[in-house]
Amino acid sequence: MTANGWLQILFFAGVVLAITKPVGVYIVRVYDGSLRWLAPLERVIYRLCGVDPEEDQHWTRYAAGLLLFSAVSMLVTYVALRLQGSLPLNPFTRVGVPDRQAFETAASFTTNTDWQSYAGETTMSYLSQMMQLAFHNFTSAACGVAAAVALARGIARRSGGKIGNFWVDLVRGTLYLFLPFSIPLALLFVQQGTIQNFAHYVTVTTVEGVKQVLAMGPVASQSAIKQLGTNGGGFFNANAAHPFESPTPWTNFLSVFAIFVIPAGLTYFYGRMVKNQKHGWALWAAMFVLFAGGVTTAYWAEARGNPIHAARGVDVVASAGNPGGNMEGKEVRFGIANSALYATVTTDASCGAVNSMHDSFTSIGGLVPLVNIQLGELIFGGVGSGLYGMIVMAVLTVFIAGLMVGRTPEYLGKKIQSREVRMAMLYVLIFPAVILTFTALSAVSPHGLAGRNNAGPHGLSEILYAFSSTAGNNGSAFAGLTGSTAYYNTLLGLATLFGRFAMMVPMLALAGFLSERKIAPESAGTFPVTTPLFVVLLLGVIVIVGALTFFPALALGPVVEHLLMGAGKLF
Amino acid sequence: MSTLKRPLFDPSIVRRAVWDSFAKLDPRHMVRNPVMFVVLIGSLLTTLVLARDIAAGQSGIGFTLQITLWLWFTVLFANFAEAMAEGRGKAQADTLRKSRIQTSAKRLANPRDRAAFESVPAERLRKGDVVVCTPGDMIPGDGEVIDGVASVDESAITGESAPVIRESGGDRSAVTGGTKVLSDFLVIRITANPGETFLDRMISLVEGARRQKTPNEIALIILLSGLTIIFLFAVVTLQPFAIYSGGSVSIPILVSLLVCLIPTTIGGLLSAIGIAGMDRMIQHNVIAMSGRAVEAAGDVNTLLLDKTGTVTLGNRQAVEFVPAPGVTREFLADRAQLASLPDETPEGRSIVVLAKQFGLRARTLTEGIAMELVAFSAMTRMSGINAGGLQVRKGAADAVGRWVRDQGGETPAEVTSTVERIAREGGTPLVVAEREDGRPRVLGVIYLKDVVKGGMKERFDQLRAMGIRTVMITGDNQLTAAAIAAEAGVDDFLAEATPEDKMSLIKREQGGGRLVAMTGDGTNDAPALAQADVAVAMNTGTQAAKEAGNLIDLDSNPTKLIEVVEIGKQLLITRGALTTFSIANDVAKYFAIIPAMFVATYPALQALNIMRLHSAQSAILASVIFNALIIIALIPLALRGVRWRPAPATAILRRNLWIYGVGGIIVPFAGIKLIDLLLVLARLV
Repeated sequence: MTANGWLQILFFAGVVLAITKPVGVYIVRVYDGSLRWLAPLERVIYRLCGVDPEEDQHWTRYAAGLLLFSAVSMLVTYVALRLQGSLPLNPFTRVGVPDRQAFETAASFTTNTDWQSYAGETTMSYLSQMMQLAFHNFTSAACGVAAAVALARGIARRSGGKIGNFWVDLVRGTLYLFLPFSIPLALLFVQQGTIQNFAHYVTVTTVEGVKQVLAMGPVASQSAIKQLGTNGGGFFNANAAHPFESPTPWTNFLSVFAIFVIPAGLTYFYGRMVKNQKHGWALWAAMFVLFAGGVTTAYWAEARGNPIHAARGVDVVASAGNPGGNMEGKEVRFGIANSALYATVTTDASCGAVNSMHDSFTSIGGLVPLVNIQLGELIFGGVGSGLYGMIVMAVLTVFIAGLMVGRTPEYLGKKIQSREVRMAMLYVLIFPAVILTFTALSAVSPHGLAGRNNAGPHGLSEILYAFSSTAGNNGSAFAGLTGSTAYYNTLLGLATLFGRFAMMVPMLALAGFLSERKIAPESAGTFPVTTPLFVVLLLGVIVIVGALTFFPALALGPVVEHLLMGAGKLF
Repeated sequence: MSTLKRPLFDPSIVRRAVWDSFAKLDPRHMVRNPVMFVVLIGSLLTTLVLARDIAAGQSGIGFTLQITLWLWFTVLFANFAEAMAEGRGKAQADTLRKSRIQTSAKRLANPRDRAAFESVPAERLRKGDVVVCTPGDMIPGDGEVIDGVASVDESAITGESAPVIRESGGDRSAVTGGTKVLSDFLVIRITANPGETFLDRMISLVEGARRQKTPNEIALIILLSGLTIIFLFAVVTLQPFAIYSGGSVSIPILVSLLVCLIPTTIGGLLSAIGIAGMDRMIQHNVIAMSGRAVEAAGDVNTLLLDKTGTVTLGNRQAVEFVPAPGVTREFLADRAQLASLPDETPEGRSIVVLAKQFGLRARTLTEGIAMELVAFSAMTRMSGINAGGLQVRKGAADAVGRWVRDQGGETPAEVTSTVERIAREGGTPLVVAEREDGRPRVLGVIYLKDVVKGGMKERFDQLRAMGIRTVMITGDNQLTAAAIAAEAGVDDFLAEATPEDKMSLIKREQGGGRLVAMTGDGTNDAPALAQADVAVAMNTGTQAAKEAGNLIDLDSNPTKLIEVVEIGKQLLITRGALTTFSIANDVAKYFAIIPAMFVATYPALQALNIMRLHSAQSAILASVIFNALIIIALIPLALRGVRWRPAPATAILRRNLWIYGVGGIIVPFAGIKLIDLLLVLARLV
């Protein structure tokens, strides 16, 4: 670990802290309707779609709208990918995407996962990239934030189940939040040298005399939204490690920073919505502690490198001419600190863009992204999903520990009773159920085992990571697994759908139920949700309820791998 | 009811509870508690494996046998906890049943003719029947006194040996079946059919026969079931992972891990905690008509306290005579005493007593000239006497002022200012006036003072720290009420309160999302009692009040409302503390069992065995044993409730989190290690 590395990580943390409030205030204005500079455009969209923007929807209608929109847009993408060969803007005549892979890709982008079992530059036409995948990058992000906003409304007000208008939230989120944020970011990327063109691929002769084809395309516009919307689906297979996508340290910083911008701002937005700014900061603090723990562990593990290498005389100590540590699978341009930071951030938030290959991390370094995902993608988390995931955990914390103050639990003045607990439990239950069931199935079925790149515990980690990443709507890969088989396409595609919608619907129900509750005034007898003590409790619940579920599986994957590495055995 | 405190482990209760724990193995009963039902299924599964192993003649079944036994113990211990909690109630119910002895009733055909009665068995009485009770008679059923006045021994219900007065009309007309008339007679209209009487209801309540789960309990069961399902996934998927890793885990070991991980501690004790909460109410001589009321008591935000009897000592006392200009203090005292002679209220008597200090001995009504008594009426709001040409009145300042004005006199300014001063100071001014030979004049003011009960200010401070607002309800005027409120330290007051005011105050508080608790005894309290979230009806109160309340205080002590709130809080804290403890326990159990399960496949996992447990078998067995024993160890805590002191939520939380959260993580590490050592010592593994 170097001072320079730590300074970069601290700088990152400082900037995230600094933007939380301004972004939060802006998001409040997006969703309370007070920003109106695109009102004429909004009106046209509502009229064309037959939406009554004044309607305040019951949670069931809100959820139905979200599901309907997602289903239709997923179907359109599936068809468009299948028919890719006959559609325009296809200079390299890419053929239709195979059935299962098209299903998986459509599901994955609709659910904000962006798990990719294909290489973008050799599979997708420019049309598919720009019209289908980028479209989902915007709308799936807007859906996520809309759902979180709906939950915040349900908690903040007493409205008999009404939690806002999905169509309005979707349109306003896209128009006022994601488009205005993406455009300047894309321009910054272009300024730094990220490519943005419709050019033909360039064939060059390398210094070694080999012919190499350099892929081209509209990359900057795509990568801005994939970071901001925590989507993570790369234009290129190499994702943010590709020099045409992230050519400079600044593009690397901007791209990792963009992941946290909206999730961090949402905590402030939430505090403002429920009129308890301190609670918003308490959630921020809980997220930050988990982030700091993750990045420290990952950086430590990667900087320490592989003790077996060290034992054989490899110099793993950082010096002016040697990054030291474990550089396998990392871009030399970014080094260890930035790779560890990127890996932590991209899995804290359900982004999934990578600038290094997590599969090549040390076992503990690779454990960090895996645990981050398994905690429920709530460390700042996906846009929207991070906030609502954290709120559900806060509800459970208040319920479990809240009794200890001698009152039936109340969260921000709303009583938490059986209906609320049922929905919160459903939310936290589906996640491990999907991951563990699918992983277990794959660990013993020939189809599942066939995809592994490595044997032993590392192979199990690969499978576990794949299902955690898809169910958690992260999309990053423990690159070893070959996911492009029909078996994995189907199961991983299903995992993204369950991980998104089977969790979102109970969460919206929770929003609806909470909006039916009276708001009890706060008093000295109220369970405190703004203190450091609450943050500690919240972390305890996240770790015990979230991570302990995966402890047995982790013990047989990365943990035993780490212990075996100590014994001199590698996989 | 017997108020005697039973020891926690009364031998007769324990004996009955042991049998009940087996009876409760009935799956129809077990399924009501999903967590323990899973343990039951696990125990059955393990037993089947054991039977199969024995049939196959396998060697080394000792381990499986021990696991099986301890799994069954886990289920039985949980049943035992519930049976213990119920047992205490059942023992109390038995005491109550004894007072429901067979008795015969004297039924009247004509309520006006007390002599013509027929003897019928009490169980044949129906609602609307009229009976007469004479000294020595057991009152045959719940009813309303329609004629007569008598002293009644209610010790069978309240445990209070001093007899109480029951009379027709007013707020002391309700009688309870099973109590005994000691003097005079009562004519009673029966208001409850046999089997529906207060005594019957009480018996079934304390027995917990019709106990329904409370809203918070249901929510907690959902949480615990959810956790159980999550751990079910974690454990069931472990087998494929084990197979992948080149090993396999036996069913008894998988069941052990599952049972250790699912929240059996709280799952096993949950219903005992609920029953014990109602039981603690009974120990305080409060009958909870539903568990919901006990729970709501913990949630109360606003306490409505009747001034008289709760905030202040029951009665105001005369402390000073303030004469009008030109009147001597002695003369005023004499006239005040005269006017108070017909006044049998404690206030009236205190005036007579104070007057004695001026050398005036108490006069009897027959002394001197014939006196005509003028009783207090709500219309005139005065009382006094007429004796020949002399008329003396005492009463509220405005009422007496009007009386004087009507006769052509007027109230001196000094008297008016005295009245205002006394009211400001929280006292009650009574103005005394006379009319002698057609000439009215105001004589002065009697200073009646409310005496605030000792220690109330501290209690209100505690309540405030707990976030509970106290509102004093009084019929006094604004000034008086404000002064007493300030002296007693309540947060707010409602002066000149009518039943309608009280009702609208409750509704206003509830509209703001607050939960309201109150006490009441009169019929006009009934609507407010029904509206309040926690309503403690006094046992001496009317039938209407008792039916509207959800708690009944057998001691009829309004101050007990505060204790009711504390018991409610204790119930919830106990539930939360044990839930936290139960979940925190899982950390240690993981560290014990996971390495034990896979150490054969991956010897490197021995590094996770941070407790350095002897062997895989001892680790698993020790965890299962700890898990079972902790239920037994926590039964006293579940029954008695977590100890706590009134404090702000943050302070209570911090303390409980240290004990049950941090303690819940540490204790099992120590416990499992200790059991492991003992198992090795005893050569059981």
